[in-house]
Amino acid sequence: MKHETKTHGAARAVAPKPALRRFHQARWDEPIIFELSVAGQRGVLPPEPEAAIVETAGDVFDNLPASLKRKTAPELPEMSQLHVLRHYLRLSQENLGVDLNVDVGQGTCTMKYSPKVNDQLARSHKLSELHPLQPLESAQGILEVMYKLEGMLKEISGMERVTLQPGAGSAAIYANISMIRAYHEARGEGAQRNEVITTAFSHPSNGAAAKVAGYKIITLPPDADGYPDFDALKAAVSKRTAALLITNPEDTGIFNPRIEEFVRLVHSVGGLCSYDQANANGILGITRARDAGFDVCHFNLHKTFSTPHACGGPAAGACGVTKEIAPFLPTPTVEFDGAKYYLDYNRPQSIGKIRPWYGVAPNLLKAYAWIMSLGADGLREAAEIAVLNNNYLLHQVLKIRGVSAPYAQGKRRIEQVRYSWEQLASDTGVHSEEIGWRAADFGTHYWLSHHPFVVPEPMTLEPTESYSREDLDEYARILNHIAEEAYSNPEIVHTAPHNSAIHRIDQESFDDPEAWAVTWRAYKRKYKK
Amino acid sequence: MSKKQIVYPYIPNSVPAVKDAMLKAVNAKSVEDFYADIPESIRFKGKLNLPEPFLSEAALTRHVEGLLSKNQSTRDVLSFLGAGCAQHYVPAVCDEVNSRSEFLTAYAGEPYEDHGRFQTLFEYESMMGELLNMDVVNVPVYDGFQATATALRMAGRITGRNIALLPATVMPDKLSKIRDYLKPDMQVELIPFDEGTGLMDMSALKNQINAQTAAVFIENPSYLGFLETQAEEIGKIAHANRAIFVVSVDPISLGVINPPVEYGGDIVCGDIQSLGIHMNYGGGHAGFIASRDEEKFVMEFPSRLFGVATTSVEGEYGFGDVAYERTSFAVREEGKEWVGTAAALWGITAGVYLALMGPQGMEELGRGIMQRLRYAVRKLNQVAGVKTRFSVTPHFKEFVVDFNGTGKTVEQINQALHERGIFGGKDLSAEFPSLGQCALYCVTEVHTQADIDTLVNAIAEVTK
Repeated sequence: MKHETKTHGAARAVAPKPALRRFHQARWDEPIIFELSVAGQRGVLPPEPEAAIVETAGDVFDNLPASLKRKTAPELPEMSQLHVLRHYLRLSQENLGVDLNVDVGQGTCTMKYSPKVNDQLARSHKLSELHPLQPLESAQGILEVMYKLEGMLKEISGMERVTLQPGAGSAAIYANISMIRAYHEARGEGAQRNEVITTAFSHPSNGAAAKVAGYKIITLPPDADGYPDFDALKAAVSKRTAALLITNPEDTGIFNPRIEEFVRLVHSVGGLCSYDQANANGILGITRARDAGFDVCHFNLHKTFSTPHACGGPAAGACGVTKEIAPFLPTPTVEFDGAKYYLDYNRPQSIGKIRPWYGVAPNLLKAYAWIMSLGADGLREAAEIAVLNNNYLLHQVLKIRGVSAPYAQGKRRIEQVRYSWEQLASDTGVHSEEIGWRAADFGTHYWLSHHPFVVPEPMTLEPTESYSREDLDEYARILNHIAEEAYSNPEIVHTAPHNSAIHRIDQESFDDPEAWAVTWRAYKRKYKK
Repeated sequence: MSKKQIVYPYIPNSVPAVKDAMLKAVNAKSVEDFYADIPESIRFKGKLNLPEPFLSEAALTRHVEGLLSKNQSTRDVLSFLGAGCAQHYVPAVCDEVNSRSEFLTAYAGEPYEDHGRFQTLFEYESMMGELLNMDVVNVPVYDGFQATATALRMAGRITGRNIALLPATVMPDKLSKIRDYLKPDMQVELIPFDEGTGLMDMSALKNQINAQTAAVFIENPSYLGFLETQAEEIGKIAHANRAIFVVSVDPISLGVINPPVEYGGDIVCGDIQSLGIHMNYGGGHAGFIASRDEEKFVMEFPSRLFGVATTSVEGEYGFGDVAYERTSFAVREEGKEWVGTAAALWGITAGVYLALMGPQGMEELGRGIMQRLRYAVRKLNQVAGVKTRFSVTPHFKEFVVDFNGTGKTVEQINQALHERGIFGGKDLSAEFPSLGQCALYCVTEVHTQADIDTLVNAIAEVTK
């Protein structure tokens, strides 16, 4: 029907397809799930106990005091199975997973591809339906995975031992500071060493977790070049110093070349050094925590080692420690006696438990499988390409009007960059946050920075190894397009997003105890009287 | 021999020509240029000593499946293990939703990209709120241990006091976590339990509570499976002493058991593994914390609290962070404890589970578990030398079986049960030496009459 092409063309009512993707998120206007409830509908039926059970059991509530017997049924939604599924699938379409977008905009988060095969393997009932207390001889496969993953992370960090118990990165930071505290206590210096030093560009959980562990926090500002200020460290260290908690490269993507001096200085006063390796993705096989003198370190397995981010967990953290700190590791450790794998609880100096059982097993399996799919050469390739991608994106982004990459001018970056739109904001009145909202219109994420904003009008991009050159070019084109809009038609940025599932949210209620509503029942009580 | 150039499926720019073109585009000679700031002294020389990789997906699958095949799952055998991690039926829709790329691979986007994550987590909070009859529920923390430890710290901050009173029946692992987490600011004191009923020794509670008591904590059901029938009175004693009453619950019990707020609970916490999440060898946990909608409570949560709001379009719902300034995200170490990646997808999953179950499902399920438990208890008590402990007290899901009268250790019995294809209950002899040879058994809706009969017959056989 070739002859129809012409008439078709002439009949176009819509503007031609532009250079940039015409993304539009699904907009299902999905009600709150309670609004979908229809009295009597059922989603699943629980298995009924057999008649003999019911008969033998009798009235199971006969010895329950009135105070413990539920009087009115919980007002959960009543829905058929399809309706539950449909509700959640519609909401899933209003959510942007890595698998769907060029997810370089969530800097510091290491949004890499999580291989599907690893998810599939972890769903096996040979893992998902394992009970943590089943006999060790019936769990040799997963114990072997944990033991070998520890071995690989030991090699990658240069450390003596690694625990896989923490539930995520911040839990690993806490485990490390708890071990540091136990170490100083064991040496009789627990009370004396009551200060922890961290840096302004470190993840907020470093200071926050150390404070939970009882420490006073000293934060080093960046110096003029963006490095943690060495003079400030000199002024901060003393016999009160328990530890330095530091990241390298920091979220600026700048590697601190004096890191050994930092470590030596802290060691010289008897403090320990803890390396937050949330930013390890660019340096796998390039430089290791132990080689720079660190006593403890941690990896986020959901970042560098690819286990999916899962909307914010389940994740997994891994803490590496030196021989001196190893006695304080959480219990149990996974050991191998040459014939079988087992759990060792006999660790008298241990800090005890960080979480139930042994760690987030499915994610440990996924991290293991990821490393096993790449090997030493592949890990190094991942790191090098992550860094190449970042420097390539940096090169493209710096061509855009109004943006800069503060600090370390003319230097290369490792795996991410914290940019600044200060110039654009002062030229146009468009703020970085609004650029992010506008970026949503093109089907991408965008992230500013942790608080406080040391870099004005910040934007943090981390491309990882997962994205192609074309992906990076596309992301840079989106940013360029928005910057051009800011200069020519700022209103379109100010009023973004336009293509999202929802429109601009009214923020006032979130900080007002009279108005906020954390549950639907609270909302109904406050607004639907 | 020249090395074969590998193009990695997960690394698109590992194509040599692409790599070269990109290096050229940024005026770099090699990737070494990017690492110029890393001093030679800390450069790793050589190649990491890692196992040879399985480059093809097929080979990787064969390798990992080979490892997993060494495991025996609770689908291969009959399991009665619990101890805070239980085998429940996971509806297919739960796995379907949490396997979706859109949720599984998302992270920390704003409500404009990730509206779905905000709404599903708000709905999770809301459905938990209905189960608990409470207006404030957090986005999940790591697990129930963490939820309890944080709930106790919240009580410490609210009251300005520093002692938490816990029943001596708390799981020692959980106690270890709590002690470590509270250490610098709060002390933990244990209240003894009655050896006959398992219940809290009320006179000890009255003796130990004082003006330094920040929190009185109970578990309902307890680690040992019994329900603390004195809960209401314990709450009154806590309140009379201006302490916070913190109650941990298994949420799957709440279709039939009263939520703690109805007997005085101020902060309620626990683990949601039972709500549609596989055991995952202990990797399926997530914790919840709930309170009344009072500012003094809300402002002490470290976790994210997603709230519902209006948008610029009438009738549209949007979501965002309630009282964000209390978090470490906003104010670093000046925030309440810390917040970070924890277990959000398990929260979404638990929401799916509660929506599928509905009020009727939760009621039927809870009743069914109690019926199976009582059936198991009655049958086991007919076995010579075997009796169940604390049986005058009502139970939910877990119960203690006393093998002291059999002349055999739990270890011996469990080994013999395993040979018969059964995972027996958790050996309590090390955790609670005063109980001697006792084991903690768990029955849920997955167990049929035949399963329980098989267990009872096997126990009779191996204890003969």
